[in-house]
Amino acid sequence: MLRVSTNRCPHSQPAGKRVNTLNTDLLLKLEFPSNPELLCAVRGAMERLTERMGFSERECRSVTRAVDEAVTNIIRHAYKGQPNHPIVLTCYRLPKAAGSELAQGMEIVLEDQGEPPDPGRLRGRSPDEIKPGGLGLHYIRESMDVVEFSSSGGTNHLRLVRCLRSENTIRGS
Amino acid sequence: MQISVRRIDKTAILELKGSIDLASSPAVRKILLHELRESRTPRVILNLEKVKYIDSSGVASLVEGLRASRDIGSRLLLFGLSPVVREVLQLSRLLKIFEIYENEQQALSA
Repeated sequence: MLRVSTNRCPHSQPAGKRVNTLNTDLLLKLEFPSNPELLCAVRGAMERLTERMGFSERECRSVTRAVDEAVTNIIRHAYKGQPNHPIVLTCYRLPKAAGSELAQGMEIVLEDQGEPPDPGRLRGRSPDEIKPGGLGLHYIRESMDVVEFSSSGGTNHLRLVRCLRSENTIRGS
Repeated sequence: MQISVRRIDKTAILELKGSIDLASSPAVRKILLHELRESRTPRVILNLEKVKYIDSSGVASLVEGLRASRDIGSRLLLFGLSPVVREVLQLSRLLKIFEIYENEQQALSA
């Protein structure tokens, strides 16, 4: 498993473990084909959901951008730009982790049946390089507290976690 | 995404409206590079006032346009960046790379 996580969030998983969700508190599940025209619908859903969760306006944009970029990467790289291949986006509410100030959050899992990414490409590139391309992963890493990738049984799993900061509280919890 | 082109003397002003994402960035890239590489327009100005979202593929198109403009000795200028677009360019550390102005008049006078 390839993992990028920061110390800001307690919801990363032990290295080497297959990407599994930590929670079954389902918030949203979308199944859609790898059609770029549907990206706007995915962004719309994520904007509304993150607002509902109580993220700040900036955080909503940030999480939505990360998901948009992740789906874009699946379409471009896993499915080589071909439409009509399946993508599944599932969002869960994460509970407060014991002993953590950064408690609740949102877990997003993206699944596809495309080609697994080249590990070298997953390292991304520095945004200091002025050249087109390669920025999507940088945006994802900047936006999310945990970024974990794994592939098993012909399915790629990307797990993203964003914690709510202490000043925010998940609405409806 | 809607794209229209206006011309003032030797300047082309590209008016972009909507979201620049994987679905629309190829069209933006094509028109931008056509202005620079084929038409060899000395100055190309992008009006981003009505762009509500831009992703990494859109940013990549802008960077490619910037490189093309430098290659042929023309200029690529941007104006009307919304907070959302500005945030993405800042995240990409590209705010200082582009010539950015508040409005069309400033861009035309630059």
